[in-house]
Amino acid sequence: MNIIFIIVFSLMAIGSILSMIRFIKGPRSADRAVALDTLSITITSALVLLALIFERYIYIDVALVYAVLGFIGIIVIARYIEGAL
Amino acid sequence: MMEILEYIGYGLVLIGGVFLFLGALGIYRMPDIYTRLQAGTKASTLGAMSTILGVGLIQPEWFFKVLIIVIFMGLANPLSSHALARSTYRMGVTPYLKNGVDAYKKAFKKQIKKFTS
Repeated sequence: MNIIFIIVFSLMAIGSILSMIRFIKGPRSADRAVALDTLSITITSALVLLALIFERYIYIDVALVYAVLGFIGIIVIARYIEGAL
Repeated sequence: MMEILEYIGYGLVLIGGVFLFLGALGIYRMPDIYTRLQAGTKASTLGAMSTILGVGLIQPEWFFKVLIIVIFMGLANPLSSHALARSTYRMGVTPYLKNGVDAYKKAFKKQIKKFTS
C-alpha cells in the first residue's frame, strides 16, 4: 500500500504547485483568495494523511486547527474585498 | 471484515487525491473568477472529504475525530466560497458571459435601491 501514498502525495504536490502559480499570477485579489482557499484545503488533507503515515494521533488536532484558521481567514479576506471592513 | 474496510479506505484516499488534483487544475485553467471558484471549491471539498474519511476507515480508532473534520469541512467550504463570490460581485467584476445569463444583476440593483432610498 506504499504505492498509493506515493501517487496521492505526488498528485497533491502537483496541485499545490498549480495553485501557487495561480496565486502568483492572478490578475485580481479575488483570484489570489480562491487559490489560497484551495491550497489550504489541500494542506489540511495532506496533514491528515501524514498523521496516518507517521502514526501520530496529535497531527489530526493540528489539521483541525488549520482548517478552522483557514476558514476564518477566507471569511475576513472576503469581507475586506467587499469593502465592509 | 476489517481488511475489507481497509481496502475501501485506500480506494477513498486514491479518489480524494485525484479530485484534489482536478480542483487545482481547474484553478489554473479556467478563464474567470466565478468558474475558478466553482471548480476549485467543489472538487477540492469532495477530494478532502474523501481523503479524510478514507484515513478514518483505515485506522478505525480515529474515526470520530476524523468525522468532526469532515463535518466541519462540509459546513465551512460552501460558506467561504459563497462569501468570496458575493464579495467579488460587489467589487464590480462582471462574469465571463459567452453563453450564459447574469441572473443576480436585477436582484442586486433592487437591493441597492432599497439600501439607498
